[in-house]
Amino acid sequence: MQYTVDQRGYYGEFGGAFIPEMLYPNVAELRNLYIDLIYDESFQKEFQALLKDYVGRPSPLFLAKRLSKHYNTNIFLKREDLNHTGAHKINNTIGQILVAKRLGKKRIIAETGAGQHGVATATVCALMGIECIVYMGAIDIERQAPNVSRMRMLGAKVVPANSGSKTLKDATNEAIRDWINNPEDTHYIIGSVVGPHPYPDMVARFQSVISEEMKWQLKEQTGSENPSMIIACVGGGSNAAGAFYHYMENKEVRLVAVEAAGMGIHSGESAATSVLGTKGIIHGSRTLLMQTEDGQIIEPYSLSAGLDYPGIGPLHAHLIDTGRAEAVSITDDEALKAAYFLSKQEGIIPALESAHAFAALDKIKYSSEDIIVINLSGRGDKDLATYIKHFENYG
Amino acid sequence: MDRLHQLFSTKKKDILNIYFTAGYPQLDATGKIILALEKAGVDLIEIGMPYSDPLADGPTIQESGQVALENGMTLPLLFEQIEQVRKESSVPLIMMGYFNQVMQYGEEAFLRKCKAVGVDGLILPDMPLDVYEKDYKALFEDIGMNIVFLITPQTSEERILKIDALSRGFIYMVSNSSITGAKTGISETQLAYFNRINQMQLNNPRLIGFGISNNETFRTACTYASGAIIGSAFIRALAKGNDLNETIASFVSMVKNETVLK
Ligand SMILES: Cc1ncc(COP(=O)(O)O)c(C=O)c1O
Repeated sequence: MQYTVDQRGYYGEFGGAFIPEMLYPNVAELRNLYIDLIYDESFQKEFQALLKDYVGRPSPLFLAKRLSKHYNTNIFLKREDLNHTGAHKINNTIGQILVAKRLGKKRIIAETGAGQHGVATATVCALMGIECIVYMGAIDIERQAPNVSRMRMLGAKVVPANSGSKTLKDATNEAIRDWINNPEDTHYIIGSVVGPHPYPDMVARFQSVISEEMKWQLKEQTGSENPSMIIACVGGGSNAAGAFYHYMENKEVRLVAVEAAGMGIHSGESAATSVLGTKGIIHGSRTLLMQTEDGQIIEPYSLSAGLDYPGIGPLHAHLIDTGRAEAVSITDDEALKAAYFLSKQEGIIPALESAHAFAALDKIKYSSEDIIVINLSGRGDKDLATYIKHFENYG
Repeated sequence: MDRLHQLFSTKKKDILNIYFTAGYPQLDATGKIILALEKAGVDLIEIGMPYSDPLADGPTIQESGQVALENGMTLPLLFEQIEQVRKESSVPLIMMGYFNQVMQYGEEAFLRKCKAVGVDGLILPDMPLDVYEKDYKALFEDIGMNIVFLITPQTSEERILKIDALSRGFIYMVSNSSITGAKTGISETQLAYFNRINQMQLNNPRLIGFGISNNETFRTACTYASGAIIGSAFIRALAKGNDLNETIASFVSMVKNETVLK
């Protein structure tokens, strides 16, 4: 079974580029050039140097002893929360800004949910001195206020998306529209492994540094490159794609994709795409998505803005559809509990998105010998208001 | 010969195609709008299938789609409405929507239903050309359904030739690089693009769409193509008007620059 993208831009039956003609030249240009561009020696040199000196990579792999003891197993945390800007998102934006520069683009657009991708995009645009416009759902602008201020301080323009559910899906629609209106000079930095081919593959490649490091870090610390399982939260799926990437073909390593169940999978307020989703097209890609019988996309819900998305990237649809990855759904309540618990157990306040991955420990089976890696995709600073609000009930 | 080819074989110039969103402003407006447009002398009607996430459309069409969905518009209902109006109407009808809607209905079932109720062609802007060619072309031909593809100022010559070879009915020529309703007026760059395409001597007739809103832009478009498509401007007129028939009659006469006979 092949898990990486094929020649035509598909993962099994998922993927492709279902885009209007107005986007075709830009997407085709990327598709034709991206592999040569990113494996070019000068690109790699610049990319690796920035990952090291600007982002602060490698990110540590930390044995969480108290958490391990509590769960009676061996839990390592891949500390993407320690990256510059506080999440894994910057791995991708560093890569894409270098692509944009080489394509001669003068203007960058992005969508953001939690604001982490928006901040990571605004950051690399400031670094390179390029104009930056970030689309963000009006609801997310409210619930992720610190990140909105960060983006503005970094010189980006934040544009509210007021249609639909006013969240990530709608911000993505607006960004795509902007790209349609500005076909010549603009590069769209998509923040996850979603969108038309080659985006899912390009973003996964930039994020694959996570599992690349995991391999040697595990080897150093445990004697083996392979963990028993890797757990990661999935909004669109970029941190999970990065954490799984170099282990996809290795069936001995269990891959656990954790989705947001919001108020409960069948509550009508959920973003558990692998359970509620069916095959269809969202944002230019054939994948699993939450939709009505009539093909209308259902507005998702999660307390966590970064997981509040009605689809998953085509790679994950393929991994789950073929049984290569297991999907676990975690409610708001379970994620909040896990966030407070991790904070007290290990002195790490996780992003609400990442907290979903930790809550999965209560849902899956493992043994005391297992080596579990949890991808700690981001830090909780941006979620402090939410955490303060719920402190009474969970703290 | 189907209604669409009939139109293009008899009328070579000044073809007016009007787009509206089914279920807007009211759920049962579909039939009334079609009959009023036909009566006003519109040559071709494009029925928008309202969609939750219409990537290729501007805010005006998106908002009308949201209203239509809130009104309760669905594909089965739309097909019923079209079947009903077909008893009185003979104007060519095109349906425009997103590929996901067709996929969920079932591609073959959708095409057969279109044929059965009297739809003459489809515009599915996010259906990739290569996917159409590989997976659906034979089915479209078998069922006898026309398909319209888009070209833009950025579409390469090679690709335009391929689109011309695959189109059945006409080619939808996007006037500028933008989503519907975004810009007004026609610029020098656009005229150069219209001329360039004119000189290619394509097999299919072309209709120019995006940014056409009044008599002036309609006239200009008509000098460079067989006609033009108006969407957002018509939706805006519907939003403002009170009586459907009156609004439609005066909108169409405004575009054609005719005086309405009361
Ligand atoms: C910390 C963090 N983790 C996870 C995600 C979800 O995105 P993805 O599934 O692409 O990793 C986000 C998105 O905003 C995030 O900020």
